[in-house]
Amino acid sequence: MGSVRRHVQINRDPDTVWRLVGDLARQHEWFPLTSCRVEGKKRWITLPSGIVFEEDIVTHDHSLRRFQYRMVGNPAITSHLGTCDVLDDGHGGSIVVYSTDMEPEALALVIAGAAGEGLHKLKALMEVA
Amino acid sequence: MGRKILFITTDQQRYDALGCNGGQIARTPVIDELARTGIVYDRAHPQNVVCMPSRSTMLTGQHVSTHGVWMNGVPLANDAPSIASDLRRSGYRTALVGKAHFEPFLDPFLRFAENRIGSGGLETEMSIGENGLPTPHRGFEHFSLATHGGTGPFHYARWLREKNPAAAAMFFQVLDQQLQVNAAGGGETNAPQVKHNDIQRELYHTEWVADQTITWLSSLPADADWFCWMSFPDPHHPWDPPKSELGRVNWRELDVPPGYIQDAAERERVLDNKPRHWRMWYDGTFISNYEAPSKWVPKTLTADNVREVNAMAHIENELIDEAIGRVMTSIAARGWGDDLDVLYTTDHGELQGDYGLLFKGPYHVDSLMRLPLIWRPAKSANVAPARVAAPVGLVSLASTFASIAGMQRPDYAESERLPLNDDDARLLGHERVLTEWDSVLFGKIVGARTICRDGWVCTAMLPGTVHDGTEGELYHLANDPLQRNNLWSSSQHTAQRDALLDDMWSSLPTRVLPLRACDAPV
Repeated sequence: MGSVRRHVQINRDPDTVWRLVGDLARQHEWFPLTSCRVEGKKRWITLPSGIVFEEDIVTHDHSLRRFQYRMVGNPAITSHLGTCDVLDDGHGGSIVVYSTDMEPEALALVIAGAAGEGLHKLKALMEVA
Repeated sequence: MGRKILFITTDQQRYDALGCNGGQIARTPVIDELARTGIVYDRAHPQNVVCMPSRSTMLTGQHVSTHGVWMNGVPLANDAPSIASDLRRSGYRTALVGKAHFEPFLDPFLRFAENRIGSGGLETEMSIGENGLPTPHRGFEHFSLATHGGTGPFHYARWLREKNPAAAAMFFQVLDQQLQVNAAGGGETNAPQVKHNDIQRELYHTEWVADQTITWLSSLPADADWFCWMSFPDPHHPWDPPKSELGRVNWRELDVPPGYIQDAAERERVLDNKPRHWRMWYDGTFISNYEAPSKWVPKTLTADNVREVNAMAHIENELIDEAIGRVMTSIAARGWGDDLDVLYTTDHGELQGDYGLLFKGPYHVDSLMRLPLIWRPAKSANVAPARVAAPVGLVSLASTFASIAGMQRPDYAESERLPLNDDDARLLGHERVLTEWDSVLFGKIVGARTICRDGWVCTAMLPGTVHDGTEGELYHLANDPLQRNNLWSSSQHTAQRDALLDDMWSSLPTRVLPLRACDAPV
């Protein structure tokens, strides 16, 4: 199992950060995706390469500021759980943690890389807003 | 007009692959002629023994600790220094044809410029260079990109799909369904990563790289100065040359190479005398390099497997030599022959059966570290042919390109240019060459630092998952050319070992922190 985690500290309060992160149809605004489409407990994301992933939304908890999802319907992906948490850093800002556990493990590294880039962009978006 | 620079690289090629270096199987007359009329370096090492870090050293003139590409999957920073950028600023036209790999291949998010350039069929992409100004990606105004097969985002795969949509499937499938490096066997001996490839020779990537190089050079005006990096993906695994060429080398007629120890007990004794990760990989209990198929156990390798893999590599090397010959003919026809500098090398070696192992990893011995390196200076430079015994590294390439172009050694480059002969090596201070390894693969941590000087190779294993920081390797190259007798723990050699280590630690550049993130397995 590939288990990876990336995080970023953002100088914006967690509720403000969560307003964007928690809007699951807007993840392409900060993550390297082309588009997101949400229907009920389902989401489809399109990557810049044109690949589409189908996801089950597992957790979408505004009080916890937590989002969890599983990639499904792809025979190459035998196990997946992605988690994004927006935490209070105790100083008026936020820590956003993006973790992935999956098989094939090689793909976990790739998603970690995308998450790192996404979190970097999220910080930039939040801190100029 | 200045001197033109043709920089030729192969991928994962051994020093002994070439006739000019004593190779007796593959016929490499074109490269041998470059060697005969140029400078051959008999002790050239990479600064890392996998692709991305080593290629980043070629481009930046920096050791791994400085450029920060500490393992495959770590992208070179977009604003990293690039000798191609410097050459372009001084008026050179610049191209990279073939395999780049400064950025990860596995990139469905298209985060990296190489993959965007390839998938978009673009010539290049503008980005912000180290001086803060827009520049073509890494200084190359033209890319024609390829890798080891017919799939993926690169120009070669796009071209191949147009020429023959079925051709991509003829290559060995590099990754399996779990996106692991494929352990499947093939050929006549079921050797790992071997396949008889039905592709026509004219559609094979070696031919395409030469053709694209000729096409780009043909587009240049006669008075242009140019730097062209022609980068062949072979003889890196998978070993799947066109089936039509298999008659060149019959694996059944090959002896096993000198580095392969036929007696299993003796082989395992040699491995047990090395740091423990050697034997652990051989037994299949510790895999620290993604590019070695995780489902393949080296202990199962047979002598016939070794013969067949070697035959495939020799065939691929012959095809490369002939492709270079076509490019040289084309350059001569343009009237550039007298002003042409050619540098030929590879990014790292290949175990190719040595010690009962294949592929590569944290194994700092000649199989992976001793590289072919040839500099054929322009005739107009009037440089005498030579063989250089002094230790040199790929870290000297950037300074060498600069010197050919009449430029000062770049501030960022960490080594002097390549020497013209051994006297020149002394003057330039080529006393030692350093190689680094670091890998963190899902909790498996391995680090090694190596120095080669005064005829010795000494490697310190850093504390990691299976090492406590006390293990290492020490070999005398003249007395033990196959590096089978590890003297690290020999009390007679303690002083020699410690002197080498002191010199190594004081010579290695300070590691730039924080470490860059690993964004893909390769």
